[in-house]
Amino acid sequence: MIEILIVFIKIIFALIWLLTLTLYLTWVERKESAVIQDRIGANRASILGIRIIGLFQPFADAIKMIFKEDFTPSFSKKFLHDLAPFLSFFFVAITISAIPFGDFISIGGKTINLLILDINVGLLFVLAMLSLGIYGILIAGWSSNNKFTLIGGLRGAAQLISYEVALGLSLIGLIMVYPSLNLSQIVHFQGELLFGVVPKWGIFLQPLGFMIFFFAALAETKRVPFDLPEGESEIIGFFTEYGGLKWGLFMMTDFMEVIIVSCLLTTLFFGGWQVPWLATDGFHFPWGGEWLLSHWVVVLFQVAAFNIKVFFFSWLQVLIRWTYPRFRYDQLMDMGWKLLIPLSLVNIVGTGILMSI
Amino acid sequence: MGHFLFFLLAIICVGSVLGMIISKNQAYNALLLVLAFASLGGLFGLLDAPFIATVQIIIYAGAIMVLFIFVIMMINLRLGLPPEKKKWTLYFSLGVAVVLIVELILSVKGAFSLFENSSMEKIGGPTDLGRLLFTKYLYPFEITSILIIAALVGAIVLVKKKEKE
Repeated sequence: MIEILIVFIKIIFALIWLLTLTLYLTWVERKESAVIQDRIGANRASILGIRIIGLFQPFADAIKMIFKEDFTPSFSKKFLHDLAPFLSFFFVAITISAIPFGDFISIGGKTINLLILDINVGLLFVLAMLSLGIYGILIAGWSSNNKFTLIGGLRGAAQLISYEVALGLSLIGLIMVYPSLNLSQIVHFQGELLFGVVPKWGIFLQPLGFMIFFFAALAETKRVPFDLPEGESEIIGFFTEYGGLKWGLFMMTDFMEVIIVSCLLTTLFFGGWQVPWLATDGFHFPWGGEWLLSHWVVVLFQVAAFNIKVFFFSWLQVLIRWTYPRFRYDQLMDMGWKLLIPLSLVNIVGTGILMSI
Repeated sequence: MGHFLFFLLAIICVGSVLGMIISKNQAYNALLLVLAFASLGGLFGLLDAPFIATVQIIIYAGAIMVLFIFVIMMINLRLGLPPEKKKWTLYFSLGVAVVLIVELILSVKGAFSLFENSSMEKIGGPTDLGRLLFTKYLYPFEITSILIIAALVGAIVLVKKKEKE
């Protein structure tokens, strides 16, 4: 009974974490784009005259979206049209269950892993759920019964399928280095040291794999250098016929994908919750020093490290989104099939040769 | 909990397959088939084979069916079959159904004896599966991969030919 309760609490915490971060990522996006374009950005939302640099803005946006009319066009296929945003949202939100937030906490002799779903194929689970996310786009584009949305949906599906191949192949090198598909075990492997000094993070062992994964994952988020399915200036995209909260779900899915990609980058290539030289009982520096800490301080360090890394990558993705122009369709496909996939094959072969030496 | 999930997934799986057969709209057919594959993946997960479950979802629900739906949504198909083909397909499908039912019964019979002999523990792990594929079943594995590559090359050749005309 208590086990079920613990899992329940973990799910609620993870969802609150994800949704809060999503809300504030919209604020970060508005502010960062404003700074890049030499504007001030959203700063008017205020509660009782207090308007700390627009921090209440996401709530104002959310309230506005909730009270908009829930509109379904008469020419659409009603059931599928209503289903699509929920599919999109669900398959991204569920991936958070495989991401390890920290090592473990022990309360009253019980050890609780800071991870909801501890299966031995966690990495594949995340990839599977991300690949099912395509259906949200495809169904939205098709059921709206509108040529532009259909083009958007088909473009989205083509792009996601193409980049999924590179995404999967880029991770094979990583799986060869850390012989496991379990995300928490991958993070544990990254706690070891290379030459006794450098932490054994994925970025040091698989630099090429990291670059391929980063590009492919950026394409999977469907945001600006890769926003072909949306294409604001030409086709408006697969969610043209949506309004109110259903459109809001699509928008939140976009931001949640950014966060999930940040989580994956952190977990796979930047040591997850690992802090360099921090073991379960405190810091052991390679030059001989020691700084012993109690269990709770260690947990705090780990969770904070995970969060800081995720924040950094989310910020970096917003920066990329507001810096680069959109790819042309043929450039997008060329990059996926003719650059990233051959490179990831080279990465696999190279990793194999280096490991056998 | 396990029994409840099993029956839920089984009902979804069988129901969506039935719906797929009954429905005449191709897009709905494909979507219902996706649902069937996804719930089948869930059933594999309940059998302590998470690797097969996720691979089932990635390959069937995530990749193959996306291509099916892609094509169905691109070319606007008519609802149902043309009447001149209906009679012929009825007899053909009856024959196929009988053969498939016999095959199903035989394979279920075979599966029960297999179930008694083997230990349940060592099915799902990616390590065991990989080891078996590259040692005991190396030749079937390689032959299958050659077959798939041949099909891929064939598809590309067919598409190229059309472009020239």
